[in-house]
Amino acid sequence: MILIGELSLWVALLMAAWSATVSYAGGALRRNDLVSSGVRGLYATFAMISLASVGLWTALLTKDFSLEYVASHISANMPAVYIFTAFWSGQAGSMLFWALILSMYGTIAIATSRSRNRELVPWATGTISAILLFFIATTCFKANPFGRLDFLPVDGRGMNPQLQNPGMAIHPPNLYLGYVATAIPFAFAIAALFSRRLDAEWLGVVRRWTLLSWFFLTIGIILGMWWAYVELGWGGYWAWDPVENSSFLPWLTNTAFLHSIMIQEKRGMLRKWNVVLVVVSFLLAIFGTFITRSGVIESVHSFAQSPVGTWFATFFFLATGITIYLVGTRLQDLEAKVELESMVSREAAFLYNNLVLVGIAFAVLWGTVFPILSEWATGNKITVGPPFFNTVNVPLGLLLLALTGIGPLIAWRRASVSNLKRQFAAPAAFSVVVAAVLFALGMHAVYALVAYALCGFVTGTIVQEFYKGVRARQTIHEESLIPAFVHLVGRNRRRYGGYIVHAGIVMLFAAFAGLAFKTENDVTLKTGETFDVRDPYGHQWRFISQGVSTSNRPDRDVIAVGLEMFRDGKRLGIITSEKRQYLDSQHQTLFQPITQVGIRSTAQLDTYVVLAGVRGNDVAELRVTFNPLVVWVWIGGFVMMIGGLIVMWPQAERRPAQAGYAATIRTPRAEAELPVGV
Amino acid sequence: MKPRTKFLIGGALVLSVAGYLMASSIKDTGVYYMTPTELTAKLQADPSFVNAGVKVGARVVPGSVQRAAGGKEYAFRVTDGSHTFPVVYRGIAPDTFTDSVDVVVSGRMGTDGTFQATELLAKCASRYENAPQKYKDTPGYKAGARRA
Repeated sequence: MILIGELSLWVALLMAAWSATVSYAGGALRRNDLVSSGVRGLYATFAMISLASVGLWTALLTKDFSLEYVASHISANMPAVYIFTAFWSGQAGSMLFWALILSMYGTIAIATSRSRNRELVPWATGTISAILLFFIATTCFKANPFGRLDFLPVDGRGMNPQLQNPGMAIHPPNLYLGYVATAIPFAFAIAALFSRRLDAEWLGVVRRWTLLSWFFLTIGIILGMWWAYVELGWGGYWAWDPVENSSFLPWLTNTAFLHSIMIQEKRGMLRKWNVVLVVVSFLLAIFGTFITRSGVIESVHSFAQSPVGTWFATFFFLATGITIYLVGTRLQDLEAKVELESMVSREAAFLYNNLVLVGIAFAVLWGTVFPILSEWATGNKITVGPPFFNTVNVPLGLLLLALTGIGPLIAWRRASVSNLKRQFAAPAAFSVVVAAVLFALGMHAVYALVAYALCGFVTGTIVQEFYKGVRARQTIHEESLIPAFVHLVGRNRRRYGGYIVHAGIVMLFAAFAGLAFKTENDVTLKTGETFDVRDPYGHQWRFISQGVSTSNRPDRDVIAVGLEMFRDGKRLGIITSEKRQYLDSQHQTLFQPITQVGIRSTAQLDTYVVLAGVRGNDVAELRVTFNPLVVWVWIGGFVMMIGGLIVMWPQAERRPAQAGYAATIRTPRAEAELPVGV
Repeated sequence: MKPRTKFLIGGALVLSVAGYLMASSIKDTGVYYMTPTELTAKLQADPSFVNAGVKVGARVVPGSVQRAAGGKEYAFRVTDGSHTFPVVYRGIAPDTFTDSVDVVVSGRMGTDGTFQATELLAKCASRYENAPQKYKDTPGYKAGARRA
């Protein structure tokens, strides 16, 4: 099976090359036989990559340590689930995994849109196959998971224990699923540009796949944050590290597109802008992979430095060049027919939303690549850290939050004064109340107050929208509360699913603003000693050291310290933090010691205890952190996921109303061309 | 004025504020990233550079890590092969900080030639793949011997 897998990888390389060549040729020469062959080539590539993947999984699960990849990433005594996930935990395997997802996505996208988007299929198939060709070639020549060792090790090197965490098992595949999904909108955008079919028909496919990409990136990013928080022990969840930034960038442009597409659907505006957003999301995904895998930018997440960097750079510049050429030569096809009518309109709110999202993306990109840019420009490498990202992104983020509330309520085209009064009175009043109450309770940090006031405003708008919708259904259909709510959401999934996503965003912002009140205390405690401290809410905490204990498990040595916690004199239990040294079966140490963080989570506050070290027998060095509202990051992420699922649920796509919007904007040029049968 | 013009003015305003924030925060918080050799050269050319905050990427000299009795003060030496200097760091070191690991220290060079670090990041080249050294000790290992 392993040999079959290895051979399949090479066959897949040929298949992808064939599919790319004949699809483009078929599109250019308008030859249906070539196009059909190209599509079949794509399907065959998917089949071959699947076989190759089964081969690698077989090698991992049968623990064939003659393969370098297997020997480097697993050991015989690891839990089976992490042996399975080792498929994507290393460079070579993740490249294959990427090709697997892309070929699967490509097959699904082409198979489902073959009848609907005949004009686009040859070019889209060709583009997907060309991207696949790049990934498979990189896998074959630069990061081959089937490479063999010339000896047979007794055992493999195992997986870093920090990665043996359920969050880490599913965080990378979610990110890959999100990253790779940007390739499908890209392929269809390129196809629309090539074929000059720049009317609305390509947008349906593009919106669905962008939504999928957004959905998986959201899950992947939130899981990554959760993993960093519970596993790494520095007390935070986001450090503006280049690797984190590179997952955030396509998320931002995807989010921008999912909003601006609505303007194109309803009003026919922003046609150039939308093409650019689609293309940029993909290019950012590739660029992110390049900077994180090539080692050109210093990151704590250093992947093994490897030659795939140059391949990615070449591919990135090639794809960028082709795209710029295509967009540049088709600008006149993308002219909008409609102009902005008023600054007080939903269009304007969405335009500003896009401007801010792209502005944030630009700032994040700028900060991430600044070391390279400054070295080119001045010869000195200058790095920027969290202060840079926070200074720029906090005000932009707050502006975005305000627009999150304004956008859904303001009327299309031109809002009247009565529309504004009717829609905004209640949420604005609620926002003022929230700010006043927090101020009275003693919160005087300006950014935090603004953030919570805006959170109140957006919450008010969402509640008001649901309330009005439910009331209307109750009156018209004489339904009771719950059925009215379910039908309201079910019949308007895009709209109300979107509001649920917004509710998740509000929770995230509330949690981010809570970071302003985080406190850290470094303490040294002997057995029985106490540490008294106030939390950010003013409660009095007491921690009593229960002493240091050591224990030896079969797979690890553990040093643990327990603290008995009291809040305002009431006992809350014991919180424990550990240092673990993992061992292999011969009691040799594996990797560095790792810290097991003690976390007590409530809706208000996380108490986060890290054992930094132990002196003598009973002196523990600890860091005790109070992290307000952290739990709302995870809850907000979950709510966003639910909202995303509601929006994506397929039935909502087939509503005729949406097809009606799509048909309004056709360019004369596209109409002049006769469709080619596929 | 046309709404389009109004929008563009508003947009330019937002972008220029963002641009101003970016430029000023790079000026205030950007730090030089250097190797020990570059830092030494820069200090010789411009002695006032001791006051500038820098980040230094280097490797910890094996066996040089000492933990002071206080428990949270680390003294060690870093090198890039040609230049070596001592570093003092107070705080909690990350799990990945051990001998001979690549580190990024932020802080400033003291007048006594000891680097006072306020931040310590340990890069774990083996974050996803276990220590190559151990693997190389396996009997029968030959560097670069593999078949694609």
